[in-house]
Amino acid sequence: MRLSYPSNVKVIQVPCTGRIDIIHLLKAIEDGADGVYVAGCREGECHYLTGNLKAKKRVQYVKNLLDELGLEPERVEMFNLSAGEGPRFAEIAVEMVKRIKELGPSPVKIKKAA
Amino acid sequence: MKAGHFAFTGECGPPKGANIDHLREKIAHLKGMVDAVNITDNQTAVVRMSSWAASTIVIQEGMEPNFQMVCRDRNRLAIQSDILGVYAMGVRNMLCLSGDHQSFGNHPQSKNVYDIDSMQLIALVKKMRDEGKFMNDEEIDGPPRLFIGAASNPFADPFEFRIHRLAMKIKAGADFIQTQCIYNMEKFREFMKMTVDMGLHEQCFILAGITPMKSVGMAQYMAKSVPGMDVPESLIKRLRGAGKGKVGEEGIKFALEQIEEFKEMKGIAGVHLMAIEWEHRVPEIAERAGVLPRPIV
Amino acid sequence: MIIADRKPIDEILDMIKGCNKILVLGCKGCVTVCNVGGSKEVGILASSLKIARKKEGLSVEIDEKTLERQCDPEYTDQIKDIVDNYDAVISMACGVGPQFLSEAYPNQRFLPAVNTTFFGGAVQHGIWAERCAGCGTCIIHYFDGMCPVARCSKSMLNGPCGGSAKGKCEISKDVDCVWDMIVRKKIEQGRLEDLLEVKPAKDWHTARDGGPRKSVREELVQ
Repeated sequence: MRLSYPSNVKVIQVPCTGRIDIIHLLKAIEDGADGVYVAGCREGECHYLTGNLKAKKRVQYVKNLLDELGLEPERVEMFNLSAGEGPRFAEIAVEMVKRIKELGPSPVKIKKAA
Repeated sequence: MKAGHFAFTGECGPPKGANIDHLREKIAHLKGMVDAVNITDNQTAVVRMSSWAASTIVIQEGMEPNFQMVCRDRNRLAIQSDILGVYAMGVRNMLCLSGDHQSFGNHPQSKNVYDIDSMQLIALVKKMRDEGKFMNDEEIDGPPRLFIGAASNPFADPFEFRIHRLAMKIKAGADFIQTQCIYNMEKFREFMKMTVDMGLHEQCFILAGITPMKSVGMAQYMAKSVPGMDVPESLIKRLRGAGKGKVGEEGIKFALEQIEEFKEMKGIAGVHLMAIEWEHRVPEIAERAGVLPRPIV
Repeated sequence: MIIADRKPIDEILDMIKGCNKILVLGCKGCVTVCNVGGSKEVGILASSLKIARKKEGLSVEIDEKTLERQCDPEYTDQIKDIVDNYDAVISMACGVGPQFLSEAYPNQRFLPAVNTTFFGGAVQHGIWAERCAGCGTCIIHYFDGMCPVARCSKSMLNGPCGGSAKGKCEISKDVDCVWDMIVRKKIEQGRLEDLLEVKPAKDWHTARDGGPRKSVREELVQ
């Protein structure tokens, strides 16, 4: 559709969000990502039936874990949209980037020695 | 009870400390009003003075205690020791109960004992009394001749089993039974009919439990949050209908109606009145129920 | 199977204060089956600890390994060449694992990452419930396959108590009253008379009450 979305969003494609596991989200944060979000099909429309529901639960697990670790749980999020919703995809990207900008850089980023 | 009189017993919680002034006050209210008073044992798992100590104080104050012992806090060694001790100190009646789980109380972190259950406790006291033996069959030097009591809750589930449990407790050695407080009279009548059909009332004295409702809030709380309690909606309605400030009086009226019915009900040997923290109303209730003066036997 | 729950992260972080090189050791036994200490969970814990340290501006080196089991010298032997490389080793196995490791490697510190809770099984995917108390004298055949020692809050052998309501235990609506189940099953199967004899007091000396226990298979001891 040639809609634009912010360039600081790196997209990783998976066949179904059910493929995404807790460790993938954690590793992203560990390696310094300021935020991670999962964009899956609308609930009830998963081609593999329950993949997006599993993803939702895993995202919640990571949110709880981040909270335990003293990080903002809002840095990780789950969104649902259908594959044809180009504008919604861009909208989500903009929303998430705005949220992360407000939270500031991740406290996990390697602190430069003083 | 053996003399055939309609028994009337009360209940009293020991103090939450070593200060016995309030306990003495409560006993003063109950003296002459009831035949004997139950002394609870860390009821609802809240730590209070031990039941055996409070029982001996009650004896000193000139009343007869019904010493309660729960299985939650003591193992069989402590249980047998305490039984010998209380008997030596003049206690003559003992109620054998399981005890509310410690998670209800103010020390939920404590270790769970429950070495034996209430049924086994009844059998144990009977063995100590009638065979003169400890649980391990050793001879007792001076067997405790205690009148054994137990609790029955006709309103807990499964309903169809409750009558069997009552029968088992009687077979195990219970001389008297106090029921959980009754509000659902219809269900209780059904239960008593089964009891009489099985002839249980002839093997054991059954006392019907009554707790007068003080407020609508109390009725609602008991209906919702106390396990094994059956409070019919009709009673809550009746209390609400009494009007502000008059609910307590209506609660007492209901209790008095119950007492009248129990006096005539087949199989009931008496009433156990649990007016916890309302002990000062007991004389009034006893008076209005027509159970005064208490017979001297 | 032995069930455990992971300790809160800050408790684990507290245990490894001052350690810079750590091994997180998982177990493919019970803790894998209850999804708390297998190789997946080792990865998650390692990543979480790294995130926590990085957040403080500190670094930490964490290695990950999962053994077949940690309750057998045959398997605990497998780390003998690497165990001294670390400031501490976090074991994700049940309480038995870190103890066996501590005995095998007395110069290393083994820290428990999980709180071991009970013997149980999966009642549903993701939910495990207690079934056995390890009393040493199994009596479930008297109760139609249900154990009142483990599943009754008061371990009654002549239950239910007066607090049983609508099939639930008085302590919580989430806990089923096993006695309600036993009575109903006995009635259904026409065996109610089994419950009408008073069951005598339990002999607890075969349980943990009698002291720490050992089990010996003479035919196997060399």
